[in-house]
Amino acid sequence: MNVRKYLVLLLVTLFAGTGDILLKVGMNQLKPIRFSHLVPDLFAALGNPWVVIGILCLIAFFASYLTALSWADLSYVLPATALGYVLITLLSKFLLHETVSVYRWAGVLLISCGVGWVTRGPALTEHQRDGTKLDGQPLRNRQEQHELA
Amino acid sequence: MNSLKLWSAISMIVLASSAGDVLLSSAMKRIGDLDELRARSGLLVVIGRIFGEQRFLMGLGCMAVGFFSLLTALSWGDASLVAPASASLTFITSAALAKIFLKENVDRRRWVSAFLVCVGVVLLAQ
Repeated sequence: MNVRKYLVLLLVTLFAGTGDILLKVGMNQLKPIRFSHLVPDLFAALGNPWVVIGILCLIAFFASYLTALSWADLSYVLPATALGYVLITLLSKFLLHETVSVYRWAGVLLISCGVGWVTRGPALTEHQRDGTKLDGQPLRNRQEQHELA
Repeated sequence: MNSLKLWSAISMIVLASSAGDVLLSSAMKRIGDLDELRARSGLLVVIGRIFGEQRFLMGLGCMAVGFFSLLTALSWGDASLVAPASASLTFITSAALAKIFLKENVDRRRWVSAFLVCVGVVLLAQ
C-alpha cells in the first residue's frame, strides 16, 4: 500500500458521500416516487440537475472503486471506505439541516475506529490475485497444469 | 405501511449491491491491477478489458438495480437513515459472500472492523 493507493481509497469515500447527498438534494425537489408510476417517476428524476451531478459523482466513485478492487479484497475495501457514511452524516447536518443525535455521533466515532483498524492490516489475500475460485479452479493449479503440459 | 415500503426498498438495495460487489470484485481480480495495466497498455485497453469481462457486466446490472432502489428509497426517507441502514446490512452480506465465493481471508481484524462499522452505521440510523 503506497500513498497513491490510499488516495484512491479517499476518492472512493469522497465521491460516494457527495454523490448520495446530491441525489438527496435533487430528490427533495421532486414529488415522492409513486409505486403506480415507478418507471416514469424515476426517469423524470433524471431531468433534475442535482440528480445529474450526483450521478456524475457516483460514476467517479465507481471508477475509483473498481481501481481499488483491482488490487485489494472486497472485505478490505468496503470497511476502508466506510468514512463515506461519516461524510454523509456531516453533510446531512450542515447542508440538509437534518437532526444529528448523540447516537449518530457515537456511530460516526465507531465507524472511524473501524476504518482506522482495517486500513492497518493487509489489503489483499495472497492466493486470491485473479479471483479464479469462483469457477472452482485456483490459479496455482492452472500454472501447475500448464507446467506439466 | 410507509415503513414497510421503505424497508423493502432498503432490502432490495442490500441484495442487489452485495451481489454486484462480489461480481465486480471477482471481475477486477481477474483483470489485475488497473494502475499497472494502464501504465503498460493505456486507458482504452483498460476500459476494453473491463467491459469485455462478463462478470463486470453482470455486476453492473446488479448495481443498476441497487441504484434505482436507492433513488426510490431516498425519496421515501432521510438520506441519514436510508444510506446507513442499507450500508450496515451490505457490510454483513458482502463480508460473508466475499469469504464464501471469493475465498478472501476475512481475519479477526476484518471482522472487528466490519463489526465496528456495522454497529456505527446502525447507530447512525438512531
